[in-house]
Amino acid sequence: MIDWPIIIEALPEFFQGLKITLILLAISMSAGFVLALPLAIARVSPNPWLSRPVWVYTYVFRGTPLLVQLFMIYYGLAQFEWVRETAAWYLLKSAWFCAWLAFVLNTTAYTTEIFAGALRTTPPGELEAARSLGMSTVQIYMRILVPSALRRALPQYGNEVVMMMHATAIASAVSLVELTRVARDVYTNTLMPVEAFGTVAVFYFVLTFSMVGVFKLLERRFLVHLRPRRSQTDPGLVPNVH
Amino acid sequence: MLYGYLPAILEGLLVTLRVAALSLLIAVVFGLAGAFAKLSDSRVLRAVADVYTTLIRGLPELVLMLIIFYGGQGLVNSLMDRLGYGYLDIDPFIAGTITLGFIFGAYLSETFRGAILAIPAGQMEAGSAFGLTGGQVFRRIMAPQMVRHALPGFANTWLVMVKATAIVSLIGIDDMMHRANLASATTRQPFTFYAAIALIYLSITTISTIVLHALERRYSLGQRKADF
Repeated sequence: MIDWPIIIEALPEFFQGLKITLILLAISMSAGFVLALPLAIARVSPNPWLSRPVWVYTYVFRGTPLLVQLFMIYYGLAQFEWVRETAAWYLLKSAWFCAWLAFVLNTTAYTTEIFAGALRTTPPGELEAARSLGMSTVQIYMRILVPSALRRALPQYGNEVVMMMHATAIASAVSLVELTRVARDVYTNTLMPVEAFGTVAVFYFVLTFSMVGVFKLLERRFLVHLRPRRSQTDPGLVPNVH
Repeated sequence: MLYGYLPAILEGLLVTLRVAALSLLIAVVFGLAGAFAKLSDSRVLRAVADVYTTLIRGLPELVLMLIIFYGGQGLVNSLMDRLGYGYLDIDPFIAGTITLGFIFGAYLSETFRGAILAIPAGQMEAGSAFGLTGGQVFRRIMAPQMVRHALPGFANTWLVMVKATAIVSLIGIDDMMHRANLASATTRQPFTFYAAIALIYLSITTISTIVLHALERRYSLGQRKADF
């Protein structure tokens, strides 16, 4: 039935692809996290000059397919001669950089909304207590609002990480040899769909559920004050929004 | 406009919308079946439904699509071979819509399950007590109320699905994305075309949100709301 030698022979390639997938995920998520925090603070700001632009940004990037965003950057920017003449062209030529840029812009939009939602659900008492202690705005954000919001955002953020991990499969369309690309190459060489895609499915499965497990542990640690209600850890089945 | 490619892009838009609408239909069928399986007394049915949602949750859409497109191709052809027929090509349109329907059916099954649970069981029992058949109870008592409870989840699934249709171009469906690829290649103006279809996707999202909001209002008529 299953041609095991094909799978075993291709295993090193799959592990190489796994490495690329994980690197892509790590560099996109870390940049997204760093960018999303200040954007989320701007998003919930009562000042429309701060919150509106962020709203427009998240609306556009959450309302269009990631594949289109990726193609706009990777294939699209070459259209402009002035882009090709800048120093940035050195980076924009590379599929790696473009995939990273597209993923960062995309995940930042979603993460911003997640963090903004968590900030909005701050219990008013926390804010009042901080103010009555005479904390400055910066102190309130650094010590009260952000740590508390990040905890509350954890379940949704974990979900976002898993979705982005799945979304990295799109990078196969711009010739990055991550897991899905490896599977497609193995299929092209062998014409064995079960061996090629079945193997990659197992990889994604293990990845998905290990990440879900890690986030469950994190939540047990950071959301301990919200127990003993039923664990919120498991967001259940939510569609991949990217 | 668009170097004369606007009609071609709009034709692609029709394909995209057709894929989305058909997938939604398939997803509703899978979703209802999944929801009833999850709530059924049979352990086997519940297990099948759990495997279904777990499977969808663990895999990227693109990988599932490739599995169904290429794997289904192999399966159909070994079947055809055994029956003594010739080679059969699976149409990417069929593979794409079935995959999207299968994927989003899993999400809808969760939505529908919640919607069913939100209806007081007494109402169903009352229906049976009046001698309504199972089908009648579903059509007259459950379905109208499920709409209201399922709408938010349903809206979300639809919005996500419209965007997910872009990946069907990767298995060769001639959708809007694919048209944009072709037009970009011939005119060498890729940014223009991808930006144009991005705008179209954005308008679909916007229009859908407006329509779904109106629907939500309509189906929540007579619902008591807390006034603060």
